[in-house]
Amino acid sequence: MNAEPPPAAVVIGASVGAIEALSLLLPTLPAAYPLPVLVVVHVPPDRKSSLAELFATRCQIGVKEAEDKEAIGAGMVYFAPADYHLLVEPDFTISLSSDEPVLFSRPAIDVLFQSAADAYGDNLTGVVLTGASTDGALGLQAIGAAGGMTLVQTPDTAEGETMPRAALAACPTARALSLEEIATVLNTETLSMPR
Amino acid sequence: MKSAGAEIEALELRLLLEAIHEKSRYDFRGYSFASLKRRLGQARDRFSCASFSELQHRVLHDPKFVPLLLPYLTVQVSELFRDPSYFLALRTQVLPHLRTYPSLKVWVAGCSAGEELYSLAILFREEGLESRTIFYATDINTEALKRAEAGIYEIERIALFSENYRKAGGRTSLSDYYTAAYGSAKFDQTLRHRTVFSDHSLVSDSVFAEMHLVSCRNVLIYFNRELQDRAVGLFKDSLVRRGFLGIGAKESLRFNKEAEAFSEYCRPERIYQRT
Ligand SMILES: C[S@@+](CC[C@H](N)C(=O)[O-])C[C@H]1O[C@@H](n2cnc3c(N)ncnc32)[C@H](O)[C@@H]1O
Repeated sequence: MNAEPPPAAVVIGASVGAIEALSLLLPTLPAAYPLPVLVVVHVPPDRKSSLAELFATRCQIGVKEAEDKEAIGAGMVYFAPADYHLLVEPDFTISLSSDEPVLFSRPAIDVLFQSAADAYGDNLTGVVLTGASTDGALGLQAIGAAGGMTLVQTPDTAEGETMPRAALAACPTARALSLEEIATVLNTETLSMPR
Repeated sequence: MKSAGAEIEALELRLLLEAIHEKSRYDFRGYSFASLKRRLGQARDRFSCASFSELQHRVLHDPKFVPLLLPYLTVQVSELFRDPSYFLALRTQVLPHLRTYPSLKVWVAGCSAGEELYSLAILFREEGLESRTIFYATDINTEALKRAEAGIYEIERIALFSENYRKAGGRTSLSDYYTAAYGSAKFDQTLRHRTVFSDHSLVSDSVFAEMHLVSCRNVLIYFNRELQDRAVGLFKDSLVRRGFLGIGAKESLRFNKEAEAFSEYCRPERIYQRT
């Protein structure tokens, strides 16, 4: 951990319809994408989450399941493991926790987003995708309040509209975009963020 | 750039942890910061404080206050036979090995309200090792230790426990080990007759000697790397040669300073052996 930690990141939260939505987003990221991407998808606690394996074969960018205390590296997608919250520490390492579920979910999007907003401040991009709960709304609000960029999948293009709607309600300055547009923003605008 | 607000909050939180350390026997300064912040944020709201500094004020001026914070500082989430495949691996791969010893000592570190302890006690009984085993069940949360001694759980949790027990290779029915009454299930008290419960902190207390198995699950994730090093050092010094260490499903010794003292015994279940 002697290299300078990457002080910018992208965080993504998705629930019902997540696989389809992420399948349109993550494969567009090039192998040399310079930011870490941390992803929380609501998965049932008893299911061995195979999301990392699934996306590893579909993506050019590296994909793995997040491990406790690992240093967050650029150009890597980290998935939260099933039944654990995923948090970013102020020193840009990962912590897992088995705290109570938030809005019936563990992992919870809010937990990742709020801790990442603390750690990265305005060098963070938060993305709320499809889902049927209101998880992610407070987290996106926190990212906006810290000066980060906030993106939400347009509710009527989402399989689950509740989550994007809740996020837009909590964070009215967030941009509502289609998945294709979000992919474009991640591949262009996030790269010009101060680093 | 981090926001000024987040920087100040972080400072306030560090000062709060200092105050808790000065005013009590608890030292949370080396815990994972982000999850501690979340949980103390809940405490701040619960006690109607505007900031961590206000919580700190209460800690400094009200000697009864720290115990009220303890439930927020220590996560109590647990289950009987949590991650059944871990207990199955103990049953099929570790216990046959332990059978060769005339007497056994098992340390359940961070035992919470006893779920992990009763799981092990049932396992050792079913595998015929109970009568030669002494269990040490430790935690810093004394309320949790009391609940562990009592061995009483809400009846609503039993369905999950039974399902876990079955997946863990249980030889009978979990209902053989508890009696249900008034919405709760009380576990057979003979299960804990060979258990010593004690208040012990992995942060500040010393080793228990001559252990054959240390089971410490979902505790290390709450520690930063230095504290993880310390705790695993304690386990290393506690274990007999070829003794076993089991940790949580998403924990590993990969980033640990003491990793060379252990070999991977059952990798997927995070069971290590002292070399
Ligand atoms: C999430 S629970 C784990 C319970 C159980 N081992 C399991 O895996 O289901 C974490 C436990 O660690 C305890 N703990 C926290 N800090 C500790 C310390 N410094 N020393 C010993 N136990 C500690 C907490 O009080 C809590 O009971």
